[in-house]
Amino acid sequence: MSQSSALPAEQYNYSIVRRFTIMAMVWAVLGMCVGVYLASELAWPFLNFDIPQLTFGRLRPTHTTMVIFGFGGSALFATSYYIVQRTSQARLAFPWLAEFTFWGWTGGVALGVLSYVFGITQGREYAEFEWPLDIAITLVWVSYFAVYVETLRRRNQPHIYVANWFYLAFIVAVALLHIFNNLAVPVSLTKSYSLFAGVQDAMTQWWYGHNAVGFFLTAAFLGMMYYFVPKQAGRPVYSYRLSIIHFWALIFLYMWAGGHHLHWTSLPDWVSTLAATFSVILLMPSWGGMINGIMTLSGAWDKLRSDPVLLFLITSLSFYGMSTFEGPLMSLKSVNALSHYTDWTVGHVHSGALGWVALVSFGSFYHLIPRLWDRKMYSDTLIYVHFWLATIGIVLYITSLWVAGIGQGLMLRSFDDYGNLAYTFIETVEFMHTPYVWRALGGAFFVAGTLVMVYNMAMTIARRQAAAETQLSAQPAHA
Amino acid sequence: MFDWLMWFTRMDNSKPLALILFFGAFCGILIYVFADKRRAQRLESYKYIPLDDDNDRRQSEPRPAQLHSQSRKVMDNE
Repeated sequence: MSQSSALPAEQYNYSIVRRFTIMAMVWAVLGMCVGVYLASELAWPFLNFDIPQLTFGRLRPTHTTMVIFGFGGSALFATSYYIVQRTSQARLAFPWLAEFTFWGWTGGVALGVLSYVFGITQGREYAEFEWPLDIAITLVWVSYFAVYVETLRRRNQPHIYVANWFYLAFIVAVALLHIFNNLAVPVSLTKSYSLFAGVQDAMTQWWYGHNAVGFFLTAAFLGMMYYFVPKQAGRPVYSYRLSIIHFWALIFLYMWAGGHHLHWTSLPDWVSTLAATFSVILLMPSWGGMINGIMTLSGAWDKLRSDPVLLFLITSLSFYGMSTFEGPLMSLKSVNALSHYTDWTVGHVHSGALGWVALVSFGSFYHLIPRLWDRKMYSDTLIYVHFWLATIGIVLYITSLWVAGIGQGLMLRSFDDYGNLAYTFIETVEFMHTPYVWRALGGAFFVAGTLVMVYNMAMTIARRQAAAETQLSAQPAHA
Repeated sequence: MFDWLMWFTRMDNSKPLALILFFGAFCGILIYVFADKRRAQRLESYKYIPLDDDNDRRQSEPRPAQLHSQSRKVMDNE
């Protein structure tokens, strides 16, 4: 049975959690602003001003790195360090090593982003860091693993809560993916060549790429969900046993699905089919987890009317359900023939990244911030404003890219009566201009919401500082 | 000596073997989680861990005076 010997909040290491939380929001603003700029460049190409550092090719990995590893990574560090302490009822182990993970991760992401702007890249999607940074990140990751496992070992709670399983799977899987995908032969400090070639290289890249989605952007954020949804709802998760099945099924199935990124290529057909099969089966644990999270509110749906933080968390689960339905659909070879190489894929990624990853992170932060800084949020109204800006932004974003992607896919596959292509490539580009404008607008909505949150957060922290200073100045009077 | 290992290299053999192993493991987890009533109760009790994690704090005496000791503490059930 679970037992409670909870430590007073002062005995937990919240300083590291605070720092990662702040950095997550810094990366969110920077990364999402670059995203909106990129979206605008696609709609109005003159915006690259013929400056190499501003071209799409250089800014795109800058955007993905800042939002996935900067924002998402820092959010995961922050929440995992918080959750492992709270659910283990033990203080974070090796505080100096946890410090190192903060500076190492933040510095690594910052250097990586700078290196892309100046054209230094491995050219591997979502893994563009050159080899010196790859090695530095490996050290940070091993330190993260040591801190996490040792904190679990020192726990005062006999059972390891399921959120920690998801985080631990994420840490172990990402280590595996990072090391194998980045095996390379360095030829200078800023240049290396992959150890793999041809179709093996592509397969390794997408084994990494899809599992980065599966373990970095899904499993770990599910850990976040399994802690913060029950906490915010004030009720336990719907079914703990379902969470166990969810965990094992998800962890097992994700590893096989990467090949669906390479349908209709030189990848052997059986690998492609295997990947599609596993992708379809993945729907079951994904929806099992989503239902488990949403049903936590069973019998207390009215809380959604009064709690904007729960709105974030439950809406994020709805987007999780939607994008994990769309993913298996797109992994089918026949659908993929239409969707691949179009903006449908980009829209799908963003329905997961904005709708699931970002919303669940924002919801968790809204729960965390008052506890980390010992103050209620500055404004609940602003949380609602943020929620609606973000939700409208996501809907604009994904619907415009459905139009752009499916439209482009259909145009590229249209033939006239003589078997010639019905449209030239440039006609598809012209067609996509309007959806691209709407996409940029959707992104701008989302960024506006994020800026509202940053303001709300800054005011919350500032009020706490002001209260502390007032108290400090009042103390000598009593002495 | 190790010729028997070659049996595993044939896809006709390794695919059904993998299916039996993995599907068997999955069924094993299902049975472990759902079959035994007492185990089920024990497993379900763990879902309260996030809600238990500051029970003592609520019951404890007021904290020693600190810089922010007069600020209103946000409890986890808010």
